[in-house]
Amino acid sequence: MKNHTSKLLAFKFAALLAAMPGFAEETPEDKGLRIAVESDKRDIGFADTIVDMEMILTNRHGESSTRRMELRTLEGVGDGDKTLITFDEPRDVKGTAFLSFTHKEGQDDQWLFLPALKRVKRIASSNKSGPFVGSEFAYEDLTSQEVEKYTYKYIGDAELEGLKCFKIERYPVDPKSGYTRQVGWVDKEHYRVIRIDFYDRKAALLKTLAFSGYQQYLDKFWRADSLKMVNHQTGKATELLWKEYRFGNNFTERDFDQRSLQNAR
Amino acid sequence: MNFRAKQVWMLGLLLVAPAILRGGEWSGYVTAETRVFERSPLFSEQKSGASAAMIFEPEFYTGWKDGDRAIEFTPYFRVDTHDDERNIIDIRELSYLMVNGDWEIRFGVSKVFWGVAESQHLVDTINQTDLVASPDGEDKLGQPMIQVVRVTPFGDFSAFVLPGFRERTFPGSEGRLRSSPWVDTDSAIYESAAEEGHVDGALRWFNIIGDFDIGLHYFRGTSRDPLMTLGMDEEGDIVLRPYYEQMDQVGLDLQYTKDSWLWKLEALARETTSDDYSAMVGGFEYTLYGIGGSAIDAGLLAEGHFDSRGVNAPTPFNKDLFVGTRLSWNDDVDTNVVAGAFVDLDNDSVFARIEFERRIGRNYKIEVELQKLTNVATRDAFYSLRRDSYFQLSLSRYW
Repeated sequence: MKNHTSKLLAFKFAALLAAMPGFAEETPEDKGLRIAVESDKRDIGFADTIVDMEMILTNRHGESSTRRMELRTLEGVGDGDKTLITFDEPRDVKGTAFLSFTHKEGQDDQWLFLPALKRVKRIASSNKSGPFVGSEFAYEDLTSQEVEKYTYKYIGDAELEGLKCFKIERYPVDPKSGYTRQVGWVDKEHYRVIRIDFYDRKAALLKTLAFSGYQQYLDKFWRADSLKMVNHQTGKATELLWKEYRFGNNFTERDFDQRSLQNAR
Repeated sequence: MNFRAKQVWMLGLLLVAPAILRGGEWSGYVTAETRVFERSPLFSEQKSGASAAMIFEPEFYTGWKDGDRAIEFTPYFRVDTHDDERNIIDIRELSYLMVNGDWEIRFGVSKVFWGVAESQHLVDTINQTDLVASPDGEDKLGQPMIQVVRVTPFGDFSAFVLPGFRERTFPGSEGRLRSSPWVDTDSAIYESAAEEGHVDGALRWFNIIGDFDIGLHYFRGTSRDPLMTLGMDEEGDIVLRPYYEQMDQVGLDLQYTKDSWLWKLEALARETTSDDYSAMVGGFEYTLYGIGGSAIDAGLLAEGHFDSRGVNAPTPFNKDLFVGTRLSWNDDVDTNVVAGAFVDLDNDSVFARIEFERRIGRNYKIEVELQKLTNVATRDAFYSLRRDSYFQLSLSRYW
């Protein structure tokens, strides 16, 4: 507890210093955190979304298969987001639904709905580094990216896709993460993530995630139309195509509970 | 199909017809399966050789008001080459759902699942088991119901009114995987004078408290598990007649989820005219993620089964240990293997099962099932199945 308090104080102190230019030299760690906090801050207040997602999985021989699902998200206030995913294709998994509560600290909560048995099953969430439905995305890549889940370091400026970017490294707090570090490109104007390189537990480059087709919604919130993950070690790739973002659905926690999981289609 | 079933069908189709005409979504599957037995049949009436079956289960869904109103219709058809009792027409689902804030009402034929255990669904009481669709007890018949749910900060409270009892399905005299004598489902007996017209009721509370998922229920009405009495059929052969008693039951299902561990417990206490007893199933599932650096997850399961009626319990799970594994490849075709075995701790009988499944292409799925009984003791509930170890192959087309 004491340790926690002193950490919090240190954090506040660092933030205070960061807010007073010239007072103290900002360390790369402070600057990395400041960028992450700013990026997070720019997405506060989106409230909720519904979006359709097409997931295209490609193996090393270039053969592909498609999954389709709908994602509903409720912005967390004081804690992580809640997400309800309903699968539509392939047809043998149609109606399967996945509910997750992300937490800023500690393990997330996850439930699965199996339509053939009409059964809701609470599942273990410690499988952060495992693949999400056979894709190149791990669960930890897709769950909400809370600031508290990483520590940060600013490593320089770079230009990517014609955009001026901050390059920051982030290190997962959870020892169960499949990564030792991630290198992210964040554009200086809108603080959007443009690219992430993932380094595995042996510190070797594992995957690259590229965000493209950013669109702005409600004059504020940026969402990419495409997320493409390439696995450098296996040659496999997964592209997520996001369609028809809908904001302002007036969702409440009631739309993300056991009952709505069972009624989701 | 008897007169009563026909009435339900007509009424159901009448109700659902306008919704279907208005449009909605059809999905479903058709399956062709064949079952090859390791040994010739034990009883002379039983047909020998490989059996085959076709299963067709279309599903209609239409929802409006963002899913707060929905109509679902799922008929189920099964035809079998070897056993007339395995030809089934059923309504798995024909229901209307209304969600209004914290209130939910479901009206019609539907399915409800209670419980947490993997190897036996002890507290899953509402729906009758369809033993011919699958001998593992995972398939259930549709149950007419009115279900009212109230969601509160203290959990979900459900009340069920269940008019119309469904009898358990059993293999016929010509079929494999049957008891001796065989069960004559045409001569069921009821404790209640209202017979299958008895209106049953149930209450359930479910809540999530931190890492715990807890459910409690009370059920009053016709027991879904029949007792067996000896009788004679029309031809004068000795048969088993299912006897459905009235019961009062309380039950608990509890799961504790922590890291890679799931700890599970189901327990019930049941009061009937003939007996008062309790039963439980409890154990764990521990998952090893990404074994050997691959994407494969391996779940290790162990569950113990106990029944206070001991060796006389009319259930195979009176004092048994289940150990098993669930392997998930986490690949693009959803390859899965579930393997497990029950060991009877009184008589050492072993009942083992392996199930494999994966998708082929976009819309096909192949499933392989192996069921093996060994060392079956004379007194064991599975004794009449001792020559019925089988291999089953099924191919399904989904749309």
